[in-house]
Amino acid sequence: MAESRTLTLNMGPQHPSTHGVLRVLLELDGETVVKAKPVIGYLHTGIEKTMESKLYYKALPCTDRMDYLAPMSNNLGYCLAVEKLMDIEVPDKVKWARVCLAELTRVNSHLVWLGTHALDLGAMSMLLYTFRERELILDIYEACGGQRMMTSYIRIGGLAHELPKDFEQKVRNMIKIIRERLFDYEKLLTNNPIFIGRTKGVAVISAEDAMNYCLSGPMLRGSGIKHDLRKDNPYSGYENFDFEVPIGKNGDAYDRYLLRLEEIRQSFRICEQVLDGMPEGPYRAHVPGVVLPPKEDILQKMEAMIFHFKIITEGFKAPVGSVYQAIESPKGEIGFFITGDGTNKPRRVRVRPPAFVNLACLPKLVEGCLFSDVVCAIGSIDIILGEVDR
Amino acid sequence: MEEKIRQFLNSKFSDSIIREDNFRGEQSFYVKPESIFPICEALLENDDLDVKFLKDITAVDWYDHPLAENGRFEVIYNLYSFAHKYRFFLKVFLPEDNPNLTSLTGLWIGANWLEREVYDLFGVTFEGHPDLTKIITPDELEGHPLRKDFPLTYEKPRFSWNKDNPPEVIK
Amino acid sequence: MGLEEKIPDSIMLTTLDKMVNWSRRRSMWPLGFGLACCAIEMISTFGPHFDLARYGMEVMRPSPRQADLMIVAGRVSVKMAPIIKTLYEQMPNPKWVLSMGACASSGGVFNNYAVVQGVDRIIPVDIYVPGCPPRPEQLMEGILKLHEMVKKESIKNPREEWGRKG
Repeated sequence: MAESRTLTLNMGPQHPSTHGVLRVLLELDGETVVKAKPVIGYLHTGIEKTMESKLYYKALPCTDRMDYLAPMSNNLGYCLAVEKLMDIEVPDKVKWARVCLAELTRVNSHLVWLGTHALDLGAMSMLLYTFRERELILDIYEACGGQRMMTSYIRIGGLAHELPKDFEQKVRNMIKIIRERLFDYEKLLTNNPIFIGRTKGVAVISAEDAMNYCLSGPMLRGSGIKHDLRKDNPYSGYENFDFEVPIGKNGDAYDRYLLRLEEIRQSFRICEQVLDGMPEGPYRAHVPGVVLPPKEDILQKMEAMIFHFKIITEGFKAPVGSVYQAIESPKGEIGFFITGDGTNKPRRVRVRPPAFVNLACLPKLVEGCLFSDVVCAIGSIDIILGEVDR
Repeated sequence: MEEKIRQFLNSKFSDSIIREDNFRGEQSFYVKPESIFPICEALLENDDLDVKFLKDITAVDWYDHPLAENGRFEVIYNLYSFAHKYRFFLKVFLPEDNPNLTSLTGLWIGANWLEREVYDLFGVTFEGHPDLTKIITPDELEGHPLRKDFPLTYEKPRFSWNKDNPPEVIK
Repeated sequence: MGLEEKIPDSIMLTTLDKMVNWSRRRSMWPLGFGLACCAIEMISTFGPHFDLARYGMEVMRPSPRQADLMIVAGRVSVKMAPIIKTLYEQMPNPKWVLSMGACASSGGVFNNYAVVQGVDRIIPVDIYVPGCPPRPEQLMEGILKLHEMVKKESIKNPREEWGRKG
């Protein structure tokens, strides 16, 4: 009798379907995965440490570069956390605009996820379609913040500047186009026997395990647990909007695919409600000494210019204390834990990265699966290595 | 909900609660380091409170700050009650030399990576952890980067006028 | 009916250099290798809207053995640096490197312990594309500039970092 041994296989960090620089050590028995061990840290950028060495204002651009598919969500989380720490209340218009931008980000992130996930499973054309649609959203970003991806548009106490004049028309146009094209995606994938074969019953995680692994976002909801921070702990005025939280049943990759498609539709609903009832008002809160005054005031008023100068050079001093603000990012719960220590720099900025926590369940997802399902499992978690490693 | 948790903690662990704090509407309980595991275990078993979620574990380094008299490291456990949609924090202060806690991996498997991260970035050790190794930083890196005495290592940018000099590193 | 009249129809006169450079330029296959944010813009560039296939570059090669051009798209962490070096060494000659974005070129906003301050510390770089992240048009401009450089190269004098001297 020949002795049977397992084979250890290294996957990554340079691998086309690990979505970046994830490395997985796989122990294989034939085609079956016995054990998987994700190795991370290949994109460790020291973002938390960098943010701790900057003024509160200047740490904002670092948040864009963590989850680079959902920059606005990260901006929003950070700004809400600092606003909580400084006890700032922002105008209603800002809240509504932020909700709309955060939902656009969700659509953007889910589109990229859909394209890359389908590409991993062999549907090359999906990538081309979703990246075509994504350009529409990037155009809106560019009109708002002047950059395609790293806009830093949401600022502490408000927005960087006024929303563009054609914002409403652009968003409505985008919603109209993508809504129609979602049907095309469904035609391509939802009943596609190959796609179903590759995803149904693959990478299953039960509700108890999902709780035990502390998952969040679509990974948790895919297993049938209805937990969405937008509903459960509303922030930034989400309680004003009417939307459904889709949940899955079986907790497999196929359920998570359906769930994310439905989330895109719900995001559109929220965006339309925002556009229908956008209140009038200033685009930034008036809190002298903490929030930058609007540009028009700086050019005309003396105090505004002095405050502007002081905030840019010295920043503002935060009280001693810790706040935690969690928001529902496309990947799950992204939380910003900010500790002020009485100086103008944060003592600690901790990001609770949803992808990091979700990735920890990869060994459970692929245990006993076939080797080719590992790619599907990694894809369905929807990881972004910039956020996992920070 | 706040009152419920306070009653629960006071009824069973009254001698381990040091103090409590409410900052910006967020409730936190400062507890003794050795009692963190029993408290979490009791919370997890109590169906009424339904504290089934461990959202996050993180730490703060109070190096060179007046608050460091309680202990240099503050480890924060972020717990969430699903039924009551309520979030609260358990905080412990740890001394500078040999900061040590009991691992929560027996209660939540998800604590595994979170604790490894705290160990990697702050050097807080967790007893009973199955695999307490570096997770994010390279193996060659010595020290724990998020400690305040670890230098950020700023490197002077090179322009055309200083491009021939070796890069100047400020620690 | 001199010889000169027949030549343009059937024969083309050129130098070997020009021909080799033309073929290298027109089928430069990039290594499908993304690090961070810039990787998404790189995919956008290869995608339908910007369409890098116009320059004969639509095939991303996942294996370094089949690639000619390495686009370092994103920040290079200290942990990743040895792997990038290995990948570069695995690529066959001739090979080029394009450093995409501020982080790969100079460390960008991340001037700290974890990020290599410019990928040129570990591998030779031919073209730097600034931006955070660069727009797809910027990346294409960089690639076209690289094509211009390749046009001027000569097979008589291969570059030193390729490991064989002319």
